[in-house]
Amino acid sequence: MPADTLRNQTRNPGMPLDTAMFEGHRINRLATERRAASLVSRRGVKKLHQAAWLVNAIRCIDLTTLAGDDTKGRVRRLCAKARQPLAPRIADALGLNPTVGAVCVYPTMTRHAVHALEGSGIPVASVATGFPAGLMPLRLRLEEIRYAVDEGAAEIDIVITREHALRGDWSALHDEIAAMRDACGEAHMKAILATGDLQTFGNVYAASMVAMQAGADFIKTSTGKEGVNATLPVSLVMVRALRDYLDATGHRVGFKPAGGMKTAKDALNWQFLMREEMGRDWLSPDLFRLGASSMLADIERQLDHFATGRYAAAHRHAIA
Amino acid sequence: MTTITDILNTMDYGPAREDDAVAQDWLARHLAGLGHFIDGEFTPAGETFAVRNPATGGAIARVTQGTAADVERAVQAARKAQPGWAALSGHERARHLYALARHVQQHARLLALLETLNNGKPFRESRDADLPLVVRHFYHHAGWAELCEDEFSGKVPHGVCGQVIPWNFPLLMLAWKVAPALAAGNTVVLKPAEYTPLTALAFAEIAREAGLPKGVLNIVTGDGETGAALTGHPGIDKVAFTGSTEVGRIIRRQAAGTGKALTLELGGKSPFIVLADADLDAAVEGVVDAIWFNQGEVCCAGSRILVSESVAPRFETLLRRRMATLRTGDPMEKSTDIGAIVHPVQLDRIRRLVDQGTAEGAVLHQGSAPEGCFFPPTLVTGVEPASILSTEEIFGPVVTLTTFRTPDEAVSLANNTRYGLAASIWSESAALSLDVASKLRAGVVWINATNVFDAAAPFGGQRESGFGREGGREGMAAYLTGKPAQTGDETVLLPVSGLPGDAPMPGGIDRTAKLYIGGKQVRPDGGQSFTVRGSKGPLGLAGIGTRKDIRNAVEAARKAEGWSAQTGHARAQVLYFLAENLSARAAEFARRLESFGQSRRDAEAEVEASIRRIFWYAAQADKIDGASRQPLRDHLVLTVPEPLGLIGIACPVAHPLLGLLSLVLPAIAAGNRVVAIPSQAHPLPATDLYQVLDTSDLPGGVLNIVTGDRDQLARVLAEHDDVEAVWYAGSAEGAKAVEQASAGNLKQTWCLPGATDWSAAQGREFIDRAVQIKTVWMPFGG
Repeated sequence: MPADTLRNQTRNPGMPLDTAMFEGHRINRLATERRAASLVSRRGVKKLHQAAWLVNAIRCIDLTTLAGDDTKGRVRRLCAKARQPLAPRIADALGLNPTVGAVCVYPTMTRHAVHALEGSGIPVASVATGFPAGLMPLRLRLEEIRYAVDEGAAEIDIVITREHALRGDWSALHDEIAAMRDACGEAHMKAILATGDLQTFGNVYAASMVAMQAGADFIKTSTGKEGVNATLPVSLVMVRALRDYLDATGHRVGFKPAGGMKTAKDALNWQFLMREEMGRDWLSPDLFRLGASSMLADIERQLDHFATGRYAAAHRHAIA
Repeated sequence: MTTITDILNTMDYGPAREDDAVAQDWLARHLAGLGHFIDGEFTPAGETFAVRNPATGGAIARVTQGTAADVERAVQAARKAQPGWAALSGHERARHLYALARHVQQHARLLALLETLNNGKPFRESRDADLPLVVRHFYHHAGWAELCEDEFSGKVPHGVCGQVIPWNFPLLMLAWKVAPALAAGNTVVLKPAEYTPLTALAFAEIAREAGLPKGVLNIVTGDGETGAALTGHPGIDKVAFTGSTEVGRIIRRQAAGTGKALTLELGGKSPFIVLADADLDAAVEGVVDAIWFNQGEVCCAGSRILVSESVAPRFETLLRRRMATLRTGDPMEKSTDIGAIVHPVQLDRIRRLVDQGTAEGAVLHQGSAPEGCFFPPTLVTGVEPASILSTEEIFGPVVTLTTFRTPDEAVSLANNTRYGLAASIWSESAALSLDVASKLRAGVVWINATNVFDAAAPFGGQRESGFGREGGREGMAAYLTGKPAQTGDETVLLPVSGLPGDAPMPGGIDRTAKLYIGGKQVRPDGGQSFTVRGSKGPLGLAGIGTRKDIRNAVEAARKAEGWSAQTGHARAQVLYFLAENLSARAAEFARRLESFGQSRRDAEAEVEASIRRIFWYAAQADKIDGASRQPLRDHLVLTVPEPLGLIGIACPVAHPLLGLLSLVLPAIAAGNRVVAIPSQAHPLPATDLYQVLDTSDLPGGVLNIVTGDRDQLARVLAEHDDVEAVWYAGSAEGAKAVEQASAGNLKQTWCLPGATDWSAAQGREFIDRAVQIKTVWMPFGG
């Protein structure tokens, strides 16, 4: 259903580095945390609306496997789940059969995923640029992007060089990400900031802004491999950065939290955040993705309960 | 019918109501009408009035209109129970308060639902803000009950407290009043607000369930008349009121001269200052918490946004966008931000003020609100400091926005108000925000936060926002007393007369005792003097001070603000120097005291005691310390004792030197400036002091002395709007007049019998009276 929605969006063309857009920007950590906490306690959905919001979450999930033991078989199983995230009886009860936003894999798994998803319209996203640490020569990282695109990836999740951000070398960061964007060509680029490594909200905001100035289509929190991955407060900082970028340039950039989100409640909370801070448009897969692997299972359980009125058991649902 | 596909298009939140079954059961149980809670039992319902759910307008219960007889019975029950309650050990009282905390916790959902049904606030706020604070308050004060004897040794409870609370946080205000009162050993008669009595009655049931002894807590429902019967009841020892400044003033006048202790927590028009280096998103969210929390029905609501011109356009854009996402409506809905206004009467008041504001030219920006007793979130621009929407407390979701150029201008605008309850500062610079915090006239200052509360952090105001603190050590102290020892009766005062005396003055070169204003000796404005009599006839003439002399003295004291900014060490140095210079002239002062009829020994003893007293306050001057508290994680809370400002002091007749110094020294040691009226009958020891003050480097204007008719001059001071406090040591009638007149600007008063034992009148209490606590909240996190 959400196939290739990315294609409909006018891409962020980026701009030259403009440090004035983030230097001197102040972020108060406790106030940010307070807002993130109140944001999710101020909104609630029940029954039919909750079901709809969970279905929407499925449409925005980048169903992910990024493990050292990934195999063709593992990727095929994941893709099967991506095509049919809900057991048919649940889909029947809901009256619709959603598919996920994308499947996200390592570059060498891309071809397997593309084959497994053939005809589904579900795009394949590949991580690249020496994921997760990114500490490879730039030449090789760019080559890896081109490889993944050649393998059929429609979306590339790149990682930034944290050193540039931590040292405040914004022009190096801008140059690097812009080069990656070039290497992506038609493929859409998500820039992973690894916010757990950047630590301060000031760094996160600045890195978000530089990534957008360098032409990122999405900004993404984490690789899933940092000590701390997606949190609501850090997401709030990044979403406000993309709002400020939109206000300044008129270009719409998407947001992808990733890592650490496991529950249906998480899926609702991050959607509340997008709805409240950015509005309806940022609840579509062209501007919002949830990078997760186990979250889908919990969503399916909740929707089963909605459909049947009975609490569900995980073993009765197909595993990803 | 709505389908999932429809919802996927709109991504609306849809309906999600709280289940209020348990509250409906409670209302059904009391369908016949509710009586008062007196002496551990509910009385049968008397003449009742309807209690409504403001969100629907429907009547949900009937409660009894309390009569004077009901109040009488409740006060008697409290009186009867008080000695036994106070006689319990602190530990035993602690067990009771602990039980109250636990039982409230067990019934938290019922109480939160009832609160929302009765008050109209969003259930989310009742559940997540009000109830946790209520429970925390009882736990905290269970601790104070346990520690009371250790931490407040020598203090005793007042006795019976009459407490009147408002409708905006019905149960929380009950907790703020009841918990410290009971912890200290007082018993209570409490009247909840007319609009919102239900949680107080449910709390009474819970207290009964928790085994609180009979008569310790009594609840009488009713309207303002019932409240007046309670606060005016002669059997009440302490009155505590939270509510409007208007009613606070009436209660102040009513209590004048009765000897009742009084604390008032009144209105506000609190500034919300956004400095140029603020996190603007954080500040925008702060506005939501400041004025769109609890429908803006918050005494400390940040209702005046002051924003730096350099960031004002962006700030306003962000704020207006945020306002558009607020949802006003059914308070039981999970996604409601702003609930119902408590009562149509209050809604009318908000509308009337907003209409007046727009008539003056204010520009409204509003969110949406449904039909009924609701008011949309409202941002007002185009207002000036004199606009009605800038000066009047609205008690609704209405906030003004004006700009400033510099932090100094922000401070001036912030302090340009009759009120002084709270303030909020937004800046990422610790240096700048603390500087601004130190200059604000407010009892509570939040830096990068707003409307944060905790039982351990004192809360309360200055100026017309009232006096006294609730919460923490200071809040406990307000429910304890230690009466100073009294010796005999007040000396009878002869009238001050400007007619020439009937006997010759002593020989020698004529020394004219003038007034001492702004560090200079000046003639009284009226050009009149009165004869000062000693034990053996006239001693000399002293000036008859007038209203204008008081006015001039207050102006001089106002200008001497440098004294308040001095370090304690610097003030101590001046005081030590004063002691040194007084000591050098000890014999002369002793002779002066002798001339009023004291024995030589007594006179020398008074001078010696005076010198010691100066040393004692010099020693204290650099030890008037605040404290830091950590009520919440990552929140540093400073309680800073600040001088009151300008204190008028009417001195006792007896002990013309020691009496004056006993009151003046703590005041100036703490950084206040003083206008003193010395002993009316024996002013000459005070006028002799002028030269000592001059030689001691006391800056002009710090201590001003106006001789003359004590009660007349004290009244002028009490009526003066630019005087922060009046201390009065004299007659009961004089005290009453001072307390009554102080209602004008709700200044603090402290009335002591003239016949206080002045030899013992020294101690921390005097300093505590000379300062007010500013509670500064500093959340941190990098």
